[in-house]
Amino acid sequence: MIEKLAQLHPEIALFAATCIVMVLGLAKSSFWRGMSVWVTGLGLVAALVLSFFSPQTDGMLPNSLPYLKAMIAAIGLMILPLMGGTVDRWYERTVGRGASFDPLRVTRGEFYAFYLLSLMGVMLCVTADDLIWLFLALELTSLPTYIMVAMSTPRLRSQEAGVKYFFLGALSAATFLYGFAMLYGATGTTQLQDIAIHFRTEGMGLIGTLGLVMALIGVSFKIAAAPMHFYTPDVYQGAASPVSAFLAFAPKAAGFVVMIQLLSTVGWGWGEHGIALPEALRITLWVIAAITMTFGNVLALLQSNAKRMLAYSSIAHSGYMLVGLLVGPGQGPIAGNGLGAAMFYLLCYGVMNLGAFAVLACLEKRDEHGELVEIETVEDLRGLHAARPGLAWAMTLCALSLLGMPPLLGFWGKLGLFTSGISAGEIGLVVIMGLNSAVAAFYYLRLVRAVMLDTRDEDMDRPALTDMFGRRVAAGLSAVGVLVVVIWAGQLQAASDHATEVNPRIRQFNERVVEAEETPVIESIARND
Amino acid sequence: MTLLVLILIPLAGALVVGLSPERQAKWIALAWTSLALGAAIFAAFMFDWANPGVIQFSPKNHASGDLTPLLPLVPSLGISISLGADSVSMFLILLTTLLGPLCVLGSFTAITERVKTFYVWLLILQAAMTGVFAARDLILFYVCFEFTLAPMFVLISLYGSTNRRYAAIKFFLYTFTGSMIALAGLVYVAWVYSTIHNGAWSFDIADMQHAALTMSRTEQTWVLFALLAGFAVKVPLFPVHTWLPLAHTEAPTAGSVLLAGVLLKLGTYGIFRFVLPFVPLAVAEYASLIAIISIIGILYAGFICWVQTDVKKLVAYSSVSHLGFCVLGLVALNMVGGAGSVMYMINHGLSTGALFFCIGMMYERYHTRSMNEVGGLARRMPVWSFFMVFFTMASVGLPGLNGFVGEFMALLGTFQSGARTIGAGGTHGPLGPWFAAVAATGMIVAAMYLLYMVGRVVFGPLKEPDHHHAHETLPADLNAREITVLAPLAVLCVVLGVYPSPMLRALEAPVATTIAAAREASSRMAPVPMDSGHAEVALIHDGEASR
Repeated sequence: MIEKLAQLHPEIALFAATCIVMVLGLAKSSFWRGMSVWVTGLGLVAALVLSFFSPQTDGMLPNSLPYLKAMIAAIGLMILPLMGGTVDRWYERTVGRGASFDPLRVTRGEFYAFYLLSLMGVMLCVTADDLIWLFLALELTSLPTYIMVAMSTPRLRSQEAGVKYFFLGALSAATFLYGFAMLYGATGTTQLQDIAIHFRTEGMGLIGTLGLVMALIGVSFKIAAAPMHFYTPDVYQGAASPVSAFLAFAPKAAGFVVMIQLLSTVGWGWGEHGIALPEALRITLWVIAAITMTFGNVLALLQSNAKRMLAYSSIAHSGYMLVGLLVGPGQGPIAGNGLGAAMFYLLCYGVMNLGAFAVLACLEKRDEHGELVEIETVEDLRGLHAARPGLAWAMTLCALSLLGMPPLLGFWGKLGLFTSGISAGEIGLVVIMGLNSAVAAFYYLRLVRAVMLDTRDEDMDRPALTDMFGRRVAAGLSAVGVLVVVIWAGQLQAASDHATEVNPRIRQFNERVVEAEETPVIESIARND
Repeated sequence: MTLLVLILIPLAGALVVGLSPERQAKWIALAWTSLALGAAIFAAFMFDWANPGVIQFSPKNHASGDLTPLLPLVPSLGISISLGADSVSMFLILLTTLLGPLCVLGSFTAITERVKTFYVWLLILQAAMTGVFAARDLILFYVCFEFTLAPMFVLISLYGSTNRRYAAIKFFLYTFTGSMIALAGLVYVAWVYSTIHNGAWSFDIADMQHAALTMSRTEQTWVLFALLAGFAVKVPLFPVHTWLPLAHTEAPTAGSVLLAGVLLKLGTYGIFRFVLPFVPLAVAEYASLIAIISIIGILYAGFICWVQTDVKKLVAYSSVSHLGFCVLGLVALNMVGGAGSVMYMINHGLSTGALFFCIGMMYERYHTRSMNEVGGLARRMPVWSFFMVFFTMASVGLPGLNGFVGEFMALLGTFQSGARTIGAGGTHGPLGPWFAAVAATGMIVAAMYLLYMVGRVVFGPLKEPDHHHAHETLPADLNAREITVLAPLAVLCVVLGVYPSPMLRALEAPVATTIAAAREASSRMAPVPMDSGHAEVALIHDGEASR
């Protein structure tokens, strides 16, 4: 019991911070209300530090704790400065001018509390070793985000986005819960390890396969992959940019972790050479990955709204990462570790995507009612270089990194996916990925072109820089990260490879089965001339 | 270390220029590029010219099997910053570093806005280009190769002429698309390495070459086409060349010079360094196809040149045509063709680079590049006209100047490669006299359009644009600075044209190792010549072919 608790120390730290933040947000003095963001940061720092001391788990991914939880906390910390001032800004200003304070009208405490709860949910997904736990953790990730979307701006559109997100989220929850139920029906247990052993000894069976496919399709809502991606542009557009940045990371991280956990119950020891997923699952994932990246990139091309463009690009990036999941953890000495590559890419994506949204969040303009709103369209970004060179550079670096331009961070992430994909023989998919990266160049270059090359027409009013310093900090952090994290790319890649090693107990089981069937694994994969 | 310094000097220069005041930027940039040139010349003296085929300055080759790379980057994938150069790399590095200070010097009056940014990116571009030629690790090569896009994109889109943004984006997208596919091919070769070495990854070029040779014919074919997708766009070969005239025309003078002088060579260098040694079976099989594409490019671009009225566009299209010869020489798979082709890379860099300088100098004075608006400039600018005619001759391939040597050797190699009369200097190979005959007409076309251009622009009655008013700071003819830019190039053109043998000798060894495998594969598949006894004698006589 104590060991189990030791795994949960980061979550406990986050929960403690959540409780304090909820109370602080209601404090009468504006100083203490303002402290809530700092306490949130403190909680995340504590979680980050504690995650380095996490012991091995006994779940499907025994080494996952330090890397994955530290990554989640670190990206959470990077997004946090962006979150500042998203809610309550106008109300606080009214109070500052001497209006009486009404605790019923502030939402800041809740906002940060939900932020922490959602991150906690992602972390719990990592530790989960049971279907029920997995389900609860996944919902803990998502439920707060529904509310965060709805309250992120006072506009009706945010509420519409929140409702849309909630209903489709409920549909996806129902889908994967149904899948979980079928998994239970097929195996008679909710323990992931027992399911894994059952699959390896008794085979998948129709119900097992069906359950897993449904669960995967349900979870693909979280990672914004086809066929559950339709909400993405509407929700990202409706939410405030900081929340959109968060949506592009936290639910995605949770979704990928859950997918890895689910897929590793089946393992990658099937197929002709014993290094692939079972054919039904492989084809499902192949199609999902190919459609997701193509769909995301092609539709992103058509957007003139930068937020929608980034939303579609977020779909496309999920497609890239799915290639890693398809490859698996690298069975035997031949295949590269696709899971490690995907998790490393997730880190890269978290860093570089933040910057793009942060630049959007930093700029404001007056809407038709004369209210200051965040800018959204590519048109608004034009000529940014002349007015705000720093922000323009941040946008340029992040866009080029998202595009996979060497030597920026995104390239190293993509290189890992490329190598693992090719090593698993998925050359067709890798070529689709390469072509997709080329398509993506079109719209990322449009962002670069707008900020760096275009000039602003005189009659257009210039977007104003937001007075929230934190957002500029977030943009800067992301831009610097895109350049600097490259130095540790090797170490991070190794750490993520280590983190995604599947439990040796299960793996051993797998090899026994393979031996029993007398399939010469290594020799047959080695070369197929 | 030497090569690392060569890369770091321009990078440090970029940093210093970035921190310096706007007005001194050009002088500081000139100082740093000259320093880089000095360092490159020093490196050339350090280079052991007795063993030009050995990769030098590389920690891997110091005497024994010391296998520590310079700096591990991603150890789990065997990626490291590892540098080294044979004579081919060394020549191309020298070309790059030579063009560096000349480009800075040539841009003194042309660039008047955002001066600092311009020189910063120019220096970064030079570092990236040096990195491409010095890289002994494939990922390092690829990173530098791709990264040249960013500075070039900035140079074209900020300092180009009217249609610059479209040109910059088209340039970026074409090259990026191609190289994504090339990356897949390169990673595939790396994976083959890892299957042989029990899961250990390496991107070291020598390691990968050994691995690549174990690939089956089908695999090699796929890798060949993947690599060509990347390199053919850069060269550029016929169907994917459409970005080049646009990019060249819109780029500022220094950008055009580096684009023609060095960046196009990244494509031919890629073919030389990776395609030929990595996938010899596929090269031997598809050499004639590549040759046909090159010849189509030579003639097609040549005819397009003929109808151009824009001088810069004409020279740009002539690059497409000229680099067709370069690729043709490479796929001839014999010593003459290969050495000629590498020679041609350098020569084209010198003469076409210089032509772009000349056109830039004309444009600065008249603000037009149209042959309909200017003409007979020999009367107004005799010195300029001398250089213009001189470099056009070098470009046409006048014997005695450098262009002739490379072009002639490439054509000779094509002719001999696969010639049935092996006794008369023919070698086993995929091409033959017919290829050479058709390609040689390209030379005639080149002479026609280039001389036609010179005839209109330099000679004939003087014609200046109506709205022409003299440049405030520039004299009517070239000033000392501009002559300083052109003179070294002219001297080199003469030297390499009159006495190319030291350079050719230095190229022999690396070319021989590069084409050895492809050559053997090709000789195995070549049909037995009609008179086989004669051929036997010829093979011994030839002394190069191995059975």
